[in-house]
Amino acid sequence: MARFVIQKLVSTVASLLVLATATFVLMKLIPGNPFLNEKTPRAIQERIMSFYGLDRPIWEQYFKYMGKLLSGDLGISMKYQYRSVATMINESFYLSAQLGIVSIIASVIFGVGMGVVAALYHRKLLDNLTIVIAVLGVSIPSFVLAPVLQYYFSAELRWFPVTGLNSPFSYVLPTIALSALSVAFIARLTRSTMVEVLNSDYIRTARSKGLSGFVVTTRHALRNALLPVVTYLGPLTANVITGSIVIEQVFGIAGIGQHFVTSINNRDYTLIMGLTIFYGIILMVCRFLTDIAYALVDPRIKLTGGKGG
Amino acid sequence: MSKGIKRSMLSLLAIVLMMGTVLAACGTSSEGETTTPPASEGNTNTETPAEEPAAGGKADNQAFRMNISTEPPSLDPAQAQDQTSFTVMVGLYEGLTRMNAAGEPEPAVAESWTTSEDGKTWTFKLRQDAKWSNGDPVTAHDFEYSWKRTLDANLNPPAPYAYQLYYLVNGAEYNTPDSGVTADQVGVKALDDYTLEVQLVNPTPYFLSLTSFFTYYPVHKATVEANPAWATEAASFVGNGPFTLAEWKHNDSIKLAKNDNYFNKDQINFTEVSMAMISEPQTELNLYNTGELDWTGGPNGEIPTEQIPVLKNDPEANLVIQGIASTYYMNFNNTKKPFDNAKVRRALAMAVNRQLMIDKITLGNQQPAYGFVSTGIKGLEKTFREEVIDTNYFTEDLEAAKKLWAEGIAEAGWDPATGFTITHNTGEGHKKIATALADMWKTAFGVTVKIEEQEWAVFLQNRTALNYDVARAGWGADYNDPMTFIDMFTSTSGNNDLGFNNAEYDQLVKDAYATQDNAKRMELMAKAEQILIGDNTALLPLYYYTRIWMNKPYVKDVVIDYSGNMDYTRGYIEKQ
Repeated sequence: MARFVIQKLVSTVASLLVLATATFVLMKLIPGNPFLNEKTPRAIQERIMSFYGLDRPIWEQYFKYMGKLLSGDLGISMKYQYRSVATMINESFYLSAQLGIVSIIASVIFGVGMGVVAALYHRKLLDNLTIVIAVLGVSIPSFVLAPVLQYYFSAELRWFPVTGLNSPFSYVLPTIALSALSVAFIARLTRSTMVEVLNSDYIRTARSKGLSGFVVTTRHALRNALLPVVTYLGPLTANVITGSIVIEQVFGIAGIGQHFVTSINNRDYTLIMGLTIFYGIILMVCRFLTDIAYALVDPRIKLTGGKGG
Repeated sequence: MSKGIKRSMLSLLAIVLMMGTVLAACGTSSEGETTTPPASEGNTNTETPAEEPAAGGKADNQAFRMNISTEPPSLDPAQAQDQTSFTVMVGLYEGLTRMNAAGEPEPAVAESWTTSEDGKTWTFKLRQDAKWSNGDPVTAHDFEYSWKRTLDANLNPPAPYAYQLYYLVNGAEYNTPDSGVTADQVGVKALDDYTLEVQLVNPTPYFLSLTSFFTYYPVHKATVEANPAWATEAASFVGNGPFTLAEWKHNDSIKLAKNDNYFNKDQINFTEVSMAMISEPQTELNLYNTGELDWTGGPNGEIPTEQIPVLKNDPEANLVIQGIASTYYMNFNNTKKPFDNAKVRRALAMAVNRQLMIDKITLGNQQPAYGFVSTGIKGLEKTFREEVIDTNYFTEDLEAAKKLWAEGIAEAGWDPATGFTITHNTGEGHKKIATALADMWKTAFGVTVKIEEQEWAVFLQNRTALNYDVARAGWGADYNDPMTFIDMFTSTSGNNDLGFNNAEYDQLVKDAYATQDNAKRMELMAKAEQILIGDNTALLPLYYYTRIWMNKPYVKDVVIDYSGNMDYTRGYIEKQ
């Protein structure tokens, strides 16, 4: 276990360094700078650039940034004066995380539930209905679903608040909009593996031993059918947290998603770097946790390096 | 067979549901173009909305709710440079003067002032009951400190709008590194706690209006010196305006509360001003419709373009469209063939049907522009635009344009088969306008015109570097005088991205700066505009902007001024 964790940590740090370097280079390749403004004379713009060290050669800026980064300093925003990037990420991430966690839980519960029901009623009405819902969930992009939900259920019917995450009710619409895709995906995934498992020999054996349908489904079939879902949890977490940009904008949630778009438009270099590194860490932690979860669910996989034995 | 039918039916059902959802959502798309608002003909006006007498008196609940769309980047007068920050700051600070609803400066922290005979020395007498939100008195030293701080070349980071203070003697020099000029040499000095003397480089008749501009606000010295990040949190913020910064949830909302230390607190009715930061126009409209906002649309929010036709036909929508002092125009690259030829530029300008473009594309009741100085800017007696008629510079005339075009391209030695490109920054509105222009020019001259869309920072960099043929542009007034437009295109101006270089123009601007005679000044600026547009058509004016918004009928005395800025400080909620 310790060896596994150390290996993962080393590869994570190496990946982060590559990520930070690539982002830094790409960011500098985009034309423009954070202080371009029609109404600011060029001489003043240049002095502001100099204050932030942007007049230095790129390699010098890079080493200076990486030096600070290694000491845990993400710097200050170039657009929002005197605001520390770490504080900005911290303030907004907890909202994104709250919505993200609720969405992941909802995705798993509804996705697995629908998948199991579809499998149990294979090629019957409920199964077909699940397929339709899954197709809709996959086909309708969140930037379409979110405003539609908001318009009908908040503005017209007034069942839910238009914006914010201030009450349990206010989570409903953003969660639906954010989870639609993953619910559909998990439902399809669960359905297909579940159908396969339900037709396998050991389930027939269990049934022939006289076990009840419920026990067979939950204890024998579901456990095995969940393997692909667990594998999907890592990318799902990443998708839900990074994919919330549109949802946050539509529902006026002050989450981290909005920083993504605006920081690039603003050429807010320090914020772009901070966000990339932060998300890099999240993605890698998710991947790491998925590996562990996968091993826990399937005992054939060992934590010593993934070799079956 | 039956299974096949069932599956087909299900697929059909799925497609129908999807189409329905997608179509329903089509009405909710948003567009980043806040300054080219769409149409309205019915329930609109082009004046500041007339306030009805307060039939029901003032309501008990005086909380006003609006949207500012985004986080203000800075609430420090030395650093602020955008509309959002300005809207928040108008409640948090008070300058020497403040703009009233008619757009005239009136006494604020200064209770009176005198000017010297040459118009270059202004002496302001400050009121003694003005206080900071922490209870300290507001003195002339605060203004002196604030202005010098903004001009300080060593300020970290340097103030982007410092040039707004270059009117002061040695202002520009003190703002230039290594100039040798010290703070003591800058033309602003507190003679005592309540007397401020200002020395100007030139007699500047609009200087009084400038003293209400946010770069001229005072700051609380002890607060600023104790904490460089003082203006980033509600807890550390100190202001001297009608409101205090009660709460700042970053990227989420700002709450202002009535300032009990404000000297004119009896004039202030709102006990609270809530500012949401919702960037989606449709979400903003939903909030307004559900009664969670009292104001939607300009200057900080936006009404979704596609909703306007519906709203204009709704008598209860209270949709207002007001002209503001901003001009939408196209840059010609005056240094590049064939745009270095005045006849070519003029032909292109004459071949555009502006009214058609407004009626069919921009849809915002804008006024066609033939000059550069926008409507709403003060002239001698009336507005500058009423006194200097822009259609005298040129008129739309397709036949004359064709003739000029032929002469122009022959003189320039340019082959029209090469065509040219219109470059614009991202935005549906800009794209439609560029497409219409390309179409009109193709029809008129048979010339091929390509369109290129660029993201703002890329676009701005290319435009500044004169790396374009024809490029989209817009300019809004910083103060209420034609000079805010005219001095943009002197050969030394940092904002001259036309490559326009005309010694006579430069001299006229210089003379206008120097003269104290306002009539003479207006005449000089009119002559300069004649050179810019009438003689050279250095740029292509398209229209003068409008601002569009809706407010609940119970919101009174919240006004949008000549330049499109909002003043809510004297507003109130009427009893219903």
